[in-house]
Amino acid sequence: MTVPHDGSPGKLQPAARLEEEFYRQMYTIRRFEETVLELFSKGLLHGTAHTCIGQEACAVGVINALDKERDIVFSNHRGHGHYIAFTDDVEGLIAELMGKINGICGGVGGSQHLHRGNFYTNGIQGGIVPVATGMAFAEKVKRTEAIVAVFLGDGTLGQGVVYESLNIAAKWSLPILYVVENNQYAQTTPVHIAHAGELRRRAEPFGIFTKSLKAEDVMEVYSEASSCVTLVRTEQRPAFLYLDTYRLGPHSKGDDLRPREELERFRARDPLLQFADRLNPDIRQDIERKVQARIANAVKKAFEMPSESFGSYRQRMVEKGVYVQ
Amino acid sequence: MKQTVVRDLNEALRRCLRADERVYLIGEDILDPYGGAFKVTAGLSTEFPERVVATPISEAAIVGIGVGAAMRGLLPVVEIMFGDFLFLAADQIINHASKFPGMYNGQVEVPLVIRTPMGGGRGYGPTHSQSLEKHFLGVPGLRVVAPSHFHHPGLLLERAILYDKMPVLFIEHKLLYPLELHADGFAQLTVEQVTGNENELYPTAVVRNFRGLDVTPDVTVVTYGGCSRLLEEALLQLAQEEIWVEALLPAELSRTDFSLIAASCMRTRRLVLVEEGTGRFGWTAEVARTIAEKVCSRMTINMVSIEAPPSVVPAARDMEREMLPSAQDIVKGILEVMS
Repeated sequence: MTVPHDGSPGKLQPAARLEEEFYRQMYTIRRFEETVLELFSKGLLHGTAHTCIGQEACAVGVINALDKERDIVFSNHRGHGHYIAFTDDVEGLIAELMGKINGICGGVGGSQHLHRGNFYTNGIQGGIVPVATGMAFAEKVKRTEAIVAVFLGDGTLGQGVVYESLNIAAKWSLPILYVVENNQYAQTTPVHIAHAGELRRRAEPFGIFTKSLKAEDVMEVYSEASSCVTLVRTEQRPAFLYLDTYRLGPHSKGDDLRPREELERFRARDPLLQFADRLNPDIRQDIERKVQARIANAVKKAFEMPSESFGSYRQRMVEKGVYVQ
Repeated sequence: MKQTVVRDLNEALRRCLRADERVYLIGEDILDPYGGAFKVTAGLSTEFPERVVATPISEAAIVGIGVGAAMRGLLPVVEIMFGDFLFLAADQIINHASKFPGMYNGQVEVPLVIRTPMGGGRGYGPTHSQSLEKHFLGVPGLRVVAPSHFHHPGLLLERAILYDKMPVLFIEHKLLYPLELHADGFAQLTVEQVTGNENELYPTAVVRNFRGLDVTPDVTVVTYGGCSRLLEEALLQLAQEEIWVEALLPAELSRTDFSLIAASCMRTRRLVLVEEGTGRFGWTAEVARTIAEKVCSRMTINMVSIEAPPSVVPAARDMEREMLPSAQDIVKGILEVMS
C-alpha cells in the first residue's frame, strides 16, 4: 500500500516509511515537551510553556496533510507540536524558549508567540481565529490555492469571535480548516462544566463541512485531515475537523489536579505508545536514539547562545518602523 | 464645487482602489446604494464590486480578518461604523495587529487601516457620541491619526493605506464630514502643514489668525481632529479683538515628539490645550506632561486645559452642548491664560 507523501502530490512513498516518519515526528514532539518540563523543573527555563504531551497525533496527522511549502498554519498557546510537525525546527524552538538571539523570534516571543515562514502562533484564546480567516481571504483573492489551518482547543469554543469567524468563512467561502483539539480540559475546567450542547457540531449550523474523530491513531487523523484539506483546497470553502484527544501532561508546568485514575486510564491508551508498538522494534529504537541525541544537542547548543539586550532589540524595531522612537 | 471632508476621504479611497489592487474595503453597510453610515464609501462598491466587501455585525472578526489579510500581502481598510464600537475589536487591535510585528521580532508587517468616526454633537447619545481614541494612545506599534479640516484628510488616508507599514487607527470626527477643507487657510487664518522630516507621513497643521500682519502670537493652542471647527470660530473672533494665536494640530496623535509645540509655547509662554473627549489621562495630559518636563523647568508657562467632564454624553441637545467643549470655551481659556 502506498499513500501520498506530505506536500508533494504524485510523489508516493511506502506506508511503512510514512509511519516511521510520523513516529519520528511524534516522538520528537514528545521528547521535546518532556525536555521542556525537565528544564523548568530544574529552574533552567524562564517563563511558562504549555505542552501537548498526548496530543501528538493531532499535530502530526493534520499538519502532514497540508502542503508545507505553501499552506499556512495558525496555532495557539499550545503550539510546540504544531511547529515541530510543520518545520522540524527543534533547534530554533528550544533557543526561542530559552530567550536566545537565535530563537525563531529572537527570544522575544517565547513559547506562545512563534513565527517562521507560514507558521504563526499567538497566546490569546480565540483572537487568532479571525486573523487566520483573514489570511484565508487573502490567499483566496490572490488565487494562490494555499489554505490555512487554524488550531483551537475546546476552551476556545467559548469565545464569541470564533463564531463570528465561522459565519464569515462560510459566507465568503474561504479556504480554511478549523481544527479543534478537544483535550477535555480548558486549563483545569472540564468540558462538561464549560459548554452546553455538542462541541463537535459547532460549525454545522453555518453549513461548514464537519468531520469528527477520536485522535488516537495518527494514520487515521492523517487520512481524515487529508480529505478535509483536499475539500478545502479544491472547493475553496471551509471545513471543521474535530479531534477528541487528551492532554497527558499538565496545562502548563505543575498545575495538574486531575484524578489519578483518570490519568492512568488515558496513559494506558497513549497514542504514541500504541503507534510505537506497530513499528519494527529496531527501527523504533533507532529513531528514538537519534531524536534523543538531537534534542540533547539542541539544548546544549542553545545554552551556549547569547541573548540580545532589550536596548538592542528596541533599537532594531525602531529602525524597522515597528515602534516609534 | 467645494471640497468637503467626506468627499476628500471618498476620493482618496477611490484613488487607492484604482492605484493598487491589494486595497480592499471591509465593513458594515458600506455597499451602495447606502454607501456607509456617513457615506464615506459611497459609489465605491459600484466601481469595485469585488474589493468593497460587506460584512455582518462582527467588529472583532472583521478587524481580525483585516489583520490576517494585511499579514498576507493585502492592504485592507476596515470601517468601524461608530468609534464607540472599536472596543469590540480592542483585542484585535491591541493583542494582534499592533503586537505581531514586535513579538515576531520584526519579521512581519501589518499594513492595516481601521477607519472610524468619533465625536458628539449630533444627539446620538452615550454610546454613539464618544471620543474614545485616548484609550488607544500609548499602545506600542499602533499609529493613531486624526485629521482636522485644516489638514488634507484624504491625502493622510491615502498615505495610511498605501505607504504606512504600521497598523493605523484613523479617526474621523463626525461633524467634520460636511465641512469645507481649510487646509490652505481661511479668511484671516493661515495654515501651514509642517513635518519634521520628509519621511513623516502625517503633518501638524499650524493655524495662525494674523494673516499678513507683522505680529508675534500671544498664545499657543494645541488640539486635534474635530475640535478644529471650534478652533476656527474662536480664532476668527479673537482676531477681531487683536489677540494673536498660533494653534498646532498634530494629525498623528501617537507621535511623542512634541518639539513643535514646545517651541511655540517657549515663544508665547501661554498654552491652551483642547480635546473633546472626557478629560484626565487623555492626549492633552500627555502633551502637558512633556511640556512640564521639557519647558517648565526653564520658564513659567501659563496653561489651561479644556475638555469634557467625566460623564456620559447626553442625548438631549442642550445637555450635550453644555457638556462638550465649545468655541466660546476656547475663547475663555485663551483669555484666561492672557490675564
